Amino acid sequence: MSRLVVWLVPLVAGLLFGIGLMLSGMVEPAKVQAFLDVGGHWDPSLALVMGGAIAVALPVLQLARRRHPPAPHGPVEGRLIIGSVLFGLGWGLSGYCPGPALVAVSGGSGEALAYVVAMGLGMMAGNRFGARELRRI
Amino acid sequence: MIIDWAHFTPLTSLGGGALIGLAAAILFISSRRIAGISGIFGEVLSGTRDGMGWRLAFLAGLLAAPWVVPGLAEGTGTARFGVSLPVLFIAGLLTGYGTRIARGCTSGHGVCGLSRLSPRSLVAVLCFMASGMVTVTVLRLLTGEAP
Repeated sequence: MSRLVVWLVPLVAGLLFGIGLMLSGMVEPAKVQAFLDVGGHWDPSLALVMGGAIAVALPVLQLARRRHPPAPHGPVEGRLIIGSVLFGLGWGLSGYCPGPALVAVSGGSGEALAYVVAMGLGMMAGNRFGARELRRI
Repeated sequence: MIIDWAHFTPLTSLGGGALIGLAAAILFISSRRIAGISGIFGEVLSGTRDGMGWRLAFLAGLLAAPWVVPGLAEGTGTARFGVSLPVLFIAGLLTGYGTRIARGCTSGHGVCGLSRLSPRSLVAVLCFMASGMVTVTVLRLLTGEAP
């Protein structure tokens, strides 16, 4: 049973997550940019992705929190804001965010591969430096 | 603002979102893990042995998705405002570095964090949404496409 939980459950969760990303349109950079293009021809579809996901996850996570003491929410630090702004820049430029880009690479997209290779390098840089320094801001 | 009704897909977007939420809920209930892709991928790259198993299993499931359900991942390579490969590479670097120091992306902060009612995640979501919207607006103005 423990083995099942350790391997099979995350595998199924990853698969469902990936199918959800494809079905929702999150893996289409054109759709992502159309969602972010509020001043142009705005496609509001992707707001419904977050809405649908939270509608399912919020009650479950809140119920689970009631049974176990919740992890405390950390403070809002400089690195949270700076990091998120940098991520938004990458998201808007490419139309990809991490999950959809990985799915697109597996689906055979060369553009997504260029993005994912760079994303991996960026993550390794983030793992090594910046997080501690920017915490003090 | 002109709403692009021709490309509006409320049912599939809502349905896909619900599947994403279900995946996050399953992972959280079974092991109290957060389904944040940048965290999962970034921790695997950092080489931390602890928790490597479930992270690799989750990524395997994610990568299997376009093979298990073929035909759903169309339009993965074309953007509305296409950029050159070097710019795409820079976008990847910004995403990787940004999500690591902010400790999350659209999934970790957007879906899981907001569902946990985390104030940090709300700040993160507002920041990357605003930043993404400004970026795309500038891209549109630079490429000279009429709104």
